Amino acid sequence: MAKLTYREAVRAAMREAMAADPRVFLMGEDVGLHGGAFAVSMGLFEEFGPERIRDTPLMESTFVGAGIGAAVGGMRPIVEVMTINFSLLALDQIVNTAAALRHMSGGQLSVPLVVRMASGGGRGLAAQHSHSLEGWYAHVPGIKVATPATVADAKGLLLAALADPDPVLVFEHATLYPMEGEDADDTPMTLGRAAVRRAGDDVTIIAYGGSLPKALAAADALAAEEIAAEVLDLRTLRPLDVEAIVASVAKTHHAVVVDEMWRTGSFAGEIAAIIMERAFDELDAPVARVASAEVPMPYSKPLEDAALPSAEKIVAAARRLFS
Amino acid sequence: MGEFVLPKLGADMSRGRLVEWVKKPGERVARGEVIAVIETDKANVEVEAYDSGTLEKILVAPGSEWLPVGTPLAVIGGEEVQSAPAPEVPRAPPTLPVSAPRDSPPAPAPRAPARAPEAPRPPVRPREAPRAAPAPRAAEGARLHVSPAARRRAQALGVDIATVRGSGPDGRIVLEDVEAAARGASLAAPVPAADKRTRMREAIAAAMARSKREIPHYYLATTIDLGRALAWLASYNAARPVTERMLYGVLLLKAVALALRQVPELNGFWIEGHAQVSEAVHLGVAISLRGGGLVAPALHDADKLALPELMTRLQDLVTRARASSLRSSEMTDATITVTSLGERGVEAVYGVIYPPQVALVGFGKVVTRPWAVDGAVRPREVVTATLSGDHRASDGHRGGIFLDALDRLLQEPENL
Amino acid sequence: MTNDEIKAKVLAALAAVAPELEPDQLAPGANLRDELDIDSMDALNFLVGLSKAFGIDVPEADYRKLSTLDAIVGYVAARIGKR
Repeated sequence: MAKLTYREAVRAAMREAMAADPRVFLMGEDVGLHGGAFAVSMGLFEEFGPERIRDTPLMESTFVGAGIGAAVGGMRPIVEVMTINFSLLALDQIVNTAAALRHMSGGQLSVPLVVRMASGGGRGLAAQHSHSLEGWYAHVPGIKVATPATVADAKGLLLAALADPDPVLVFEHATLYPMEGEDADDTPMTLGRAAVRRAGDDVTIIAYGGSLPKALAAADALAAEEIAAEVLDLRTLRPLDVEAIVASVAKTHHAVVVDEMWRTGSFAGEIAAIIMERAFDELDAPVARVASAEVPMPYSKPLEDAALPSAEKIVAAARRLFS
Repeated sequence: MGEFVLPKLGADMSRGRLVEWVKKPGERVARGEVIAVIETDKANVEVEAYDSGTLEKILVAPGSEWLPVGTPLAVIGGEEVQSAPAPEVPRAPPTLPVSAPRDSPPAPAPRAPARAPEAPRPPVRPREAPRAAPAPRAAEGARLHVSPAARRRAQALGVDIATVRGSGPDGRIVLEDVEAAARGASLAAPVPAADKRTRMREAIAAAMARSKREIPHYYLATTIDLGRALAWLASYNAARPVTERMLYGVLLLKAVALALRQVPELNGFWIEGHAQVSEAVHLGVAISLRGGGLVAPALHDADKLALPELMTRLQDLVTRARASSLRSSEMTDATITVTSLGERGVEAVYGVIYPPQVALVGFGKVVTRPWAVDGAVRPREVVTATLSGDHRASDGHRGGIFLDALDRLLQEPENL
Repeated sequence: MTNDEIKAKVLAALAAVAPELEPDQLAPGANLRDELDIDSMDALNFLVGLSKAFGIDVPEADYRKLSTLDAIVGYVAARIGKR
């Protein structure tokens, strides 16, 4: 399988979708001539032209709303919102319109919209570009939330999102864009399936998106201490693969949930609650959470590093389950 | 639906025999109601239900063999049954030798605050170090820490969780501990049944040996002038028929209960490496039994009872203790023990703390001694009050404050 | 009431607090407290028993007079005889 970067994988998915389906188009801020703020759509403008790679004004509410309208009208829009923080300007469109229309129309309307956005910290971009709010969206019924953490998933989950009849938000952790990995094969992916990225018997590290590489690094470190960690990549937060979580915890009896959201109200809290509800008798220790410090993301690199989950913090949390 | 299991009624209880079902299948049971009579090594105890519901099924017939603490005795169902307590109770398989050490307890607390946990470690398994971590079940407070997975595995393997030593964080019993215990369980050998007196001695021996092994005792003594208290009592009793008279011991008990409010760290438990102060004052009153042995059932909320009520309760408690009809809450709730050996002329008693309690107050005989009163030496009736304290939970300085408070309270008997 | 009747009732009250009491073995002049291992609570319960059996209330000041079976029988006889 060919090697490519996460960024290239997203681009490849969009290219493939647009080539296969004339209803698919991309719009967002600077996605055209500039190639996207994170260079994800680089070259697509040249390839598909301004009709299908559309630059928008800096007005998230408007262009996400336009995407909803296009989706309801029969198109398959991909809307790129530059960062998760900016998506808050489109929150009304996403939550009150995109998520609700199918239900409010008695199933007459569907909104096959895909909204992609960069999420997460670690790039020194401070408190207006670095947050992790995907759990907020996962809270809302009517939309689906994908958090691809691998190169293959960056492509496969985006294609699955495009194939879905309902709005799907795809959160691309910005630190992952340059990451290299293997391309997806041609098997279509399904939203709502978690994946065991590394097998182990002693503790389950549950992660998604930008936390997955940290979880894998932590598992390496734990292996040196003879703690065999299983790393479970959630891949989508809604639908959530509860059975995979339960199955892994039933095997290891210990769980560390890694989440870049702030600890209070984090999605990790939801995971911990599910484990408690569904796998209480399997637990040999309380579920541990590794989440972000309760501060708006600091600009200073050392402070930002201190605020975010890290492999070291995951290792420490796992260790505490045993002694 | 919940299981009603053989509760652990004190540090020295590891097993029991079902004597009688007070409730019949199909009958409603209210929390705190007596449901069965259990014979322990020390006494017959009326065991109270720790949940309300319907007694659905009786699992153990009266006149049973000795059963380990935690053995399911009945099924209680109904909407009021909380599922919570049931899984916390260790299930001991009936096949397990009765002699297996049971360190921990979990009899769900029918009443409030404090529950005496932990059992003695019979000498049959010396390979295990004494456990410092009793496992209490308290309605509020610590209890045996067992991971859910370990609890379930223990059931599957037939391991009495109370016999397992926790190696996890904060002493939690984890899967590995249960599995290790299952591997080692075959080492325990059954002890031959002994007669009642022998069994009581064994139970006392285990609790007291554990106390002296684990508890760093300190001892304080002070002599208290009882002149005022006895004079007040004499005039109180003079005006009353014999049925309404009080013994001076009641004044001592009430004073102890009130003094504990000033030094609360003496009232409670030392459990799993931590002090657990009890808000309620349940005095364990050491009662010697005719023919030997003793029990120390709880006088609940002694600090809140008026003296005549306290006297009535004490009288009732002593009578029932000697008639072997105590209730389970009385066997488990005491937060401190008070002992008095003055009846037989002993001047001072330096007692052994009943684990996991953290203090014991002793009183000797009331004796007439030359005493300095207002600069002159006069004969006064005095008593030696002693405190045995667990140095992990309190210090001598605080113990001294307690004895001082006790003294002052006894100088104003009318305010007790 | 004869002294024997009084004695029988006294023994019954004693047996209530000291169930292992064997009346034949009890010397009439023996100190009950020592002989029967009676403590103050037993003593009080015994006095309550006496009060029920004979309708007399023993004041605290008289307690020390009641140290032996004979003494008790005599005391009770005197008390009920006075009425």
